[in-house]
Amino acid sequence: MRRERIVDVLVVGAGPAGLATAAGLAAAGVGEVEVVDRERQAGGIPRHCLHGGFGRLGMTGPQYAERCVAAAVGTGAVLRTGVSVTAWAAPLTVDTTSPRGLERITARAVVLATGARERPRAARLVPGTRPAGVYTTGELQQAADLHRQRIGTRAVVVGAEPVSFTALDTLRRAGVAVAALVTEHPRHQARPARALDARLRHGVPVLTDATVVELVGRGRLSGVGLRHRDGRTAHVACDTVVFTGDFVPDHELARRAGLLLDPGTRGPAVDGAFRTDGRGVFAVGNVLHAAEPARAVAREGTLAAEAVRRYLSDGDWPSASVRLRVAAPLAWIAPNRLTPDDPPGAFTLRTTEFAARPALVITQDGRTLHRTRSRRPAVPNRPFRVAGDWTGRVDARGGAVRIALG
Amino acid sequence: MAVVRRGAPPDVTYDVTVIGAGVVGTAVARELARHPGLRIALVEAADDVGEGTSKANTAILHTGFDAVPGSLESRLVREGQARLAVYAAESGIPVEPVGALLVAWDDEQLAALPQLLAKAERNGYHAARLLGPAEVRAREPHLGPGALGALDVPGESIICPWTTTLAYATQAVRAGVDLLLNCRVGRVSSSGEAHLLTTGRGTLRTRYLVNAAGLHADTVDRLLGHDAFTVTPRRGQLIVYDKLARDLVRHILLPVPTALGKGVLVAPTVHGNVLLGPTAEEVDDKSATGTTAEGIAALREKGHRILPELLDEEVTAVYAGLRAATDQDDYRISAHKEQRYVTVGGIRSTGLTASMAIAAHVTELLAGTGLDLSAPRDVEPVRMPNLGEAFPRPYRRADLIAADPAYGEIVCHCERVTRGEIRDALAATIPPGSPEGLRRRTRARNGRCQGFYCGAQVRELYERGAEMGTG
Repeated sequence: MRRERIVDVLVVGAGPAGLATAAGLAAAGVGEVEVVDRERQAGGIPRHCLHGGFGRLGMTGPQYAERCVAAAVGTGAVLRTGVSVTAWAAPLTVDTTSPRGLERITARAVVLATGARERPRAARLVPGTRPAGVYTTGELQQAADLHRQRIGTRAVVVGAEPVSFTALDTLRRAGVAVAALVTEHPRHQARPARALDARLRHGVPVLTDATVVELVGRGRLSGVGLRHRDGRTAHVACDTVVFTGDFVPDHELARRAGLLLDPGTRGPAVDGAFRTDGRGVFAVGNVLHAAEPARAVAREGTLAAEAVRRYLSDGDWPSASVRLRVAAPLAWIAPNRLTPDDPPGAFTLRTTEFAARPALVITQDGRTLHRTRSRRPAVPNRPFRVAGDWTGRVDARGGAVRIALG
Repeated sequence: MAVVRRGAPPDVTYDVTVIGAGVVGTAVARELARHPGLRIALVEAADDVGEGTSKANTAILHTGFDAVPGSLESRLVREGQARLAVYAAESGIPVEPVGALLVAWDDEQLAALPQLLAKAERNGYHAARLLGPAEVRAREPHLGPGALGALDVPGESIICPWTTTLAYATQAVRAGVDLLLNCRVGRVSSSGEAHLLTTGRGTLRTRYLVNAAGLHADTVDRLLGHDAFTVTPRRGQLIVYDKLARDLVRHILLPVPTALGKGVLVAPTVHGNVLLGPTAEEVDDKSATGTTAEGIAALREKGHRILPELLDEEVTAVYAGLRAATDQDDYRISAHKEQRYVTVGGIRSTGLTASMAIAAHVTELLAGTGLDLSAPRDVEPVRMPNLGEAFPRPYRRADLIAADPAYGEIVCHCERVTRGEIRDALAATIPPGSPEGLRRRTRARNGRCQGFYCGAQVRELYERGAEMGTG
């Protein structure tokens, strides 16, 4: 037996993107805006990022999360935590479970803001035994900072991108020595000062061109096997390993809805107005592009709110779209659909290789739409953006638009 | 009823002691517990039941269609399947009768199908039949190209191996069996009417002894002075895919065994995942449960042929189990009357299916060696928490949540495990001995995120439960 309810907009996920969307919609007075989140506390990933650098004022993650919550609730959005969306009952109707029972909620528009997670050891197919002491950054932060659990004594961090250095900080705060950061790339992917600080002040080296190829230990981790690109192998003794980065969207609900997914991002394919191919279903935040900083997805939320508001008033939904496709070493682009009434906006890309001054070539059916050279380098695991001033030249009835490094 | 994790064994003489609390040992203990008046001990080296071979298998309830006709294994698998199917329904062990297809990918495999059909008939299984390529495709639309035909074995099912072992053990303990965990048997000597088992925690006395030590059955057998067989661990690596892959496959897709080897299977699990594996590697280390890059690569290559789309899905686990193979193509179950001792060796991958029949067989053998058995009674039925996706789980049950809101509080989001279920597992007759044990009882942390979202909280709940003295 489910309690049935109707709202105007249902936002799934109370992280920075979902909360900003809800705040924008509630402020615009579109009617009943409800945000549900499966966690007991709203705020999303920043809840367990104790480090600073969030928002324009550089506050800590929990402070930022609190501010996002206050902004949404302050404008009149209804926030309900501990509510899990478990299934779709109809294209704009979801089933939920919470301690208060089962519900079936129907909305005029649904916004998926379900975020992203790091891929764990199993998904990375790292062989070896299955000992305790294996973490992702997300689990580590919650275990060390929220639950004050004992972590270990000596750790290896897999990855050398911004989140990897965050894991390093968390480990140090928890009293865990860090043996090394290990990255398969030829260089780390953080700000230079960050890696320098780790090496000089804390004596933590970044091992480049190296991969963790085995976990060793029964019961508890005793070490990891490394292999260098040139074939050399090494064993590093440690009782903790943290798999950082390698973000993937938490796309379960999008898939269960049968929405078109983008093969690059693995999130729902959307246009510049955050519209999926399911009428009335929007998606925003890191479910579209895993993972961008909180501030970037909150900004998206504000834009998405405007798009949803427009849809609620005019009911327009594009019937056709042109897909965007990237070529290696580009991994993905978002948004990844173009529709004729798209607002002009920027695109975010990811590369899997370093490029000092990447040239982008955008073509459709063999016709070059745009060529541009970025003044900033393209770095794996870091965003790199291209303006959308070329989208007017796209043939709405043509084939896929291709984006490649020139 | 007693579950003892530490301290010396009770100062009593047991009538029967079963060594090994895997699926076979727990089944034997449960069967013996049906006979009133017996003092029974179940001793286990690990900190939980089902910690060895029983936790890492392919989770299939077999028909026994491809056993060696006339073998003990053939008979016990057939009987065991019937018994376990009934027991599972009574006890809430999830079983899904999805059926199996043995898919032929080349001419040699295709040519082997009629022989397999004939073998099934000789094993008393009459429901198998041959399918042409079009029918195979219609039954499994996501199959890779090139399937030439299949043998349809509709009676094969999938089952939860963890719940099965736990149900046997729970029922045995509730019926009075002492379960001694963390209790490795190092030596066996005799003193008149009793065996003296030297364990890491002291000496245990017992009149009769059952060896269900799985991978270590040969070692225990030698402690009794026998040298009948050697267990050669055969490692099977498996990959588990996330539940978003579940719709890709409808049946258990079994390989067609040929001279070139057994091949790997793709099978749905009752937990809603998809399994790919196992490899078959002879190893000499009985603790070699690590996976290898080569093993994973070989599985992915074969999986790509069978179900190409599977490889795009997220992997939730890669693990290896060891089958307790011997040099003989059958179970090695034998009674030694003068020693009041029964060996249950060489129980390979069919052991889960055969477990209840093995238990009945072992009980008969014990009677033959002189154990006085009173008439069996029905023991208190057990109702296990449901881990099966095909049956209503607590998070979908309005009645349960209304009675206890803890069943509406989802802690592990990927697997939708509630705080109520975790609490129940921690307070159960046989509480988990580790967070891993909790995972097998509830599926908490078993999903695609592997603890990114819930790991710290599940650990918190486990530790709090253990503190309360339940652990």
